[in-house]
Amino acid sequence: MARGAAVLERYEPVIGLEIHVQLQTRTKMFCGCELSFGDEPNVHTCPICLGHPGTLPVTNEQAIKFALEIALALRCEIAPRSIFHRKNYFYPDLPKGYQISQYDIPLASDGELAGVRIHRVHLEEDAAKLSHVGASGRIHGSGASLVDFNRGGTPLVEIVTEPDLRDAAAARSWLQLLRTTIRQIGASDVNMEEGSLRCDANVSLRPVGRDELGTKTELKNMNSFRFLERGIEAEIARQAGMLDAGEAVAQDTLHFDPRAGSLTSLRSKEYAHDYRYFPEPDLVPVAPTEEMIAAARAALPELPADRRRRYESELGLSEKVATQLAFDADLAGYFERAIAPGSAEPVTVANWITGELAARLREAGDGGAGPAGSRVEPEAIAALAGMVERKEISTGAGRRVLAVLVAEGGDPATIVEREGLGGMDDSGELEAAVAAAIEADPAAAERVREGNVKAIGPLVGHVMRETKGRADGGEVTRLIRERLGVG
Amino acid sequence: MSAELRELTAADALGRIESGELSPDELFDAHAEAIAGEELNAYLWRAEPGAAANGAADGPLRGVPVAVKDLFCTEGIATTAGSRILEGYRPPYTATAVERLTAAGARVVGKTNMDEFAMGSSNENSGYGPVLNPWDRSRVPGGSSGGSAAAVAGRLTPWAIGTDTGGSIRQPAALCGIVGLKPTYGAISRYGMVAFASSLDQCGPLTRTVADAAILLRAMEGRDPCDSTSVGIPGGVELPSRTDLAGLRLGVARDFSHHAEGVEPGVAEAFERALETIAEAGGEIVDVELPHASHGISAYYVIAPAEASANLARYDGVRFGLRADGDGDLVTMYERTRSEGFGAEVKRRIMLGTYALSSGYYDAYYGRAQRVRTRIVEDFARAFEVCDLIVTPTSPSVAFELGAKAADPLAMYLSDYFTVPMSLAGIPAISIPAGLAEPAGGGPELPVGLQVAAPAFAETLLLDAAHALEGAIGFEGKP
Amino acid sequence: MIDREQVLHVARLARLELSGEEVERMSSELSGILDHVERIGELDLDGVEPTSHVVALENVLRPDEPRPSLPRDRALEGAPDPSEGSFRVPSPAA
Ligand SMILES: [Mg+2]
Ligand SMILES: [Zn+2]
Repeated sequence: MARGAAVLERYEPVIGLEIHVQLQTRTKMFCGCELSFGDEPNVHTCPICLGHPGTLPVTNEQAIKFALEIALALRCEIAPRSIFHRKNYFYPDLPKGYQISQYDIPLASDGELAGVRIHRVHLEEDAAKLSHVGASGRIHGSGASLVDFNRGGTPLVEIVTEPDLRDAAAARSWLQLLRTTIRQIGASDVNMEEGSLRCDANVSLRPVGRDELGTKTELKNMNSFRFLERGIEAEIARQAGMLDAGEAVAQDTLHFDPRAGSLTSLRSKEYAHDYRYFPEPDLVPVAPTEEMIAAARAALPELPADRRRRYESELGLSEKVATQLAFDADLAGYFERAIAPGSAEPVTVANWITGELAARLREAGDGGAGPAGSRVEPEAIAALAGMVERKEISTGAGRRVLAVLVAEGGDPATIVEREGLGGMDDSGELEAAVAAAIEADPAAAERVREGNVKAIGPLVGHVMRETKGRADGGEVTRLIRERLGVG
Repeated sequence: MSAELRELTAADALGRIESGELSPDELFDAHAEAIAGEELNAYLWRAEPGAAANGAADGPLRGVPVAVKDLFCTEGIATTAGSRILEGYRPPYTATAVERLTAAGARVVGKTNMDEFAMGSSNENSGYGPVLNPWDRSRVPGGSSGGSAAAVAGRLTPWAIGTDTGGSIRQPAALCGIVGLKPTYGAISRYGMVAFASSLDQCGPLTRTVADAAILLRAMEGRDPCDSTSVGIPGGVELPSRTDLAGLRLGVARDFSHHAEGVEPGVAEAFERALETIAEAGGEIVDVELPHASHGISAYYVIAPAEASANLARYDGVRFGLRADGDGDLVTMYERTRSEGFGAEVKRRIMLGTYALSSGYYDAYYGRAQRVRTRIVEDFARAFEVCDLIVTPTSPSVAFELGAKAADPLAMYLSDYFTVPMSLAGIPAISIPAGLAEPAGGGPELPVGLQVAAPAFAETLLLDAAHALEGAIGFEGKP
Repeated sequence: MIDREQVLHVARLARLELSGEEVERMSSELSGILDHVERIGELDLDGVEPTSHVVALENVLRPDEPRPSLPRDRALEGAPDPSEGSFRVPSPAA
């Protein structure tokens, strides 16, 4: 099989994503049943979501609001008048024999998020849950399945991107950004494991430098960010292997098996589909008014992409640090609280949070809780950064204070007091410590006098030990050389 | 005594109950008993005599019994839509139209037979046997609301409700010599009405007088939050009082009404006589054009089956109704369930609609049909600029003999020629008895219907004019 | 004109099992109806908008407020093959 890195020198992957997001409304898309997760089967159903004769759908206002907010967050154009269609096919999880979805006029289109173009954003209803229960004892005994309609009719927003992603890792981090964005809006809990965020990927390869697209395959069932990345990697390798062997890649729908890390074709099992879309006569058009759109825009919080822009332009953070903070809702909140009191330069605070603090927490094995989940109050890390910035304490002392903060929390100033880590205002104390160090190791002092610069190490170390690291290393070195006359 | 009670129109009965001369329970039982022994096969479910307790007698409808087409869901009461696929189905809820009637004090005395899923013009497509025409039991009552029409004409209920998608209230009303009104699309909620063609289906009354139709419409119309397409009738419905047609312009579209295929001479004569009566009653006959109306049937028999093919996909043997054994295979279960559960006409229309929507054919059929529909809507709008109402025969023929058209679906479809354009335009239309005529093949005279159509939501004008015309025609016939 | 093959394809889409005799009849009946329907092919419909709704309504929305669901036994009442509080079906070809 072709190896990842090498492959990318010869082929350019072209990746597009198709995402389904379950909206966090109180009720279903077209009926008043409450949404639920993990309840007893079929306790959230009614004649409408069971597709009983004579029932009619009525659109959930909140689903439209959430969809508009998502569309605006993705900088889409809102269709002045969009309609619902019926997508016809038979399946036990589809009670009416058709899914109410949007087809030729989606709610929104032509958007962009972090450099990836959004093709369309539309609303539809989710299918029910189908679980296999093994042999039914029927003649052929091909097994039976149970249908649970609790999930049936949950509002879904479908987001389709243009094929603008170029590798598996990029697809993964972009999807993470989308998740943060939607979570920030509060439109969904966007949980891949629980299925409130689902992602299919279209993957094709083309020789580096070529423009025309290769044949694409569709990957399904990647129900975690890791699986999405691994699935795409596996497919890139598979296609590269075929192209290398001179085989043509066939259009196909593939199922990713995380355990085996393998891809299996679903096409064989599919009956050639003809969905016979036509306008849903039971519903009237959705024509978002100025008011509706303004309200949706007003409801939007600051979104990760904008936040990153602000961190870079207004706070002067590096792109890397800005992205790290802005794309993680919790971390961003932590950072905002930390810089609020103005106890230190935002850049300094940001560096302490993403550098020293993050590293400490990892060592301490915080289980990925991150700064927001730690004992270290945002005000505390900011205060600490300020003290170091103003040279009130040395960087070394700062690290030791941080260690205490991580272990037991508290206020940096108090810790500095308690541990006696304060800087040495009267230089007399330092002078004395330097004199004592030369006394204690005359041999080293002699070698320094003879010009052996390295020999100064032990002397500096002695002073630092004596002053419990409060002294500033640079200052100590200067004083020693001065005394030994090697300025 | 009970026979006399069954001669009362609903309005008369309401008057007598109000004045205390008549007890609603007595009226209910008179009908329930008659229904128990009826021989028209007009009913699929019958209330027990003495079961009047189902619904209090207060409210404007004062406990007067009403028959409901079996297309309306009634909680806990068998609802079949005339299909074997729903045999024994008991809905977990009640249709809005029926709820409004019972809330107004009406009592459901029975559920009437119909063409399966309202697909038919003769009631021969019922999964539970054909309904017989009370005027001549060897003939059909029309369809699809044939059970309701036969029950009203046969004095098996003072009045009934039915549904009209392409003529299913007006045509059987005409063939049974009664009044049938299809209101404006959206006037009455469709919630709980088993869907045939969602953009065309509309509930309406079948009665013995125009006044009764107005009373029933009044009780049922109105916006329903459960039906996104319902609006009610802005301004409500006035009870009719007109005694002449003075100042009204009644349009006749010769390019439409005189180019019908197979209009029986008797029907044509009755229509011409009606035009004379209109003039005598002070109405002004004006010529209008409906250039695309004659293409209504073609558009209708693409649009209606297309919508039906989706509406009937839910009968899959999974959640309710019939399930056939598929030997453990899902697709086999689906195919056998639907093939055993649906009758020939329903299968034909599902096939027709599926074909019209399938890839490669959508534009040529469904897409074109929707554009023809636009033309027909425009035709009526233009016509109503020069007239207040439009009149046509309701049906090309009087009641035909059982089996006469069973072998020729197209001939059957053409009996909707006059009624389909109004359905496509969504405008209200009423059929009232215009007199009797001899059938094409000879034999005793049978009822002929006159259709009067009005602009959308002009029900008050329509009923008022129809009431005046009813008086001028003075139809006294009964089976 | 709709031939045998098309009838079988459409029947498959519609999940209808047709006997050989039904297929023949369907083919001739549908062809007859379509011949009539195809008269609309003669009309000039260029630039004519399709009509799928006759009601001039927009944004008919429902407040996001829960309404009582059915008790499970009512939901399953009349189900052809209820099992473990669910609707049992033959498994789709896996
Ligand atoms: Mg989708
Ligand atoms: Zn529901």
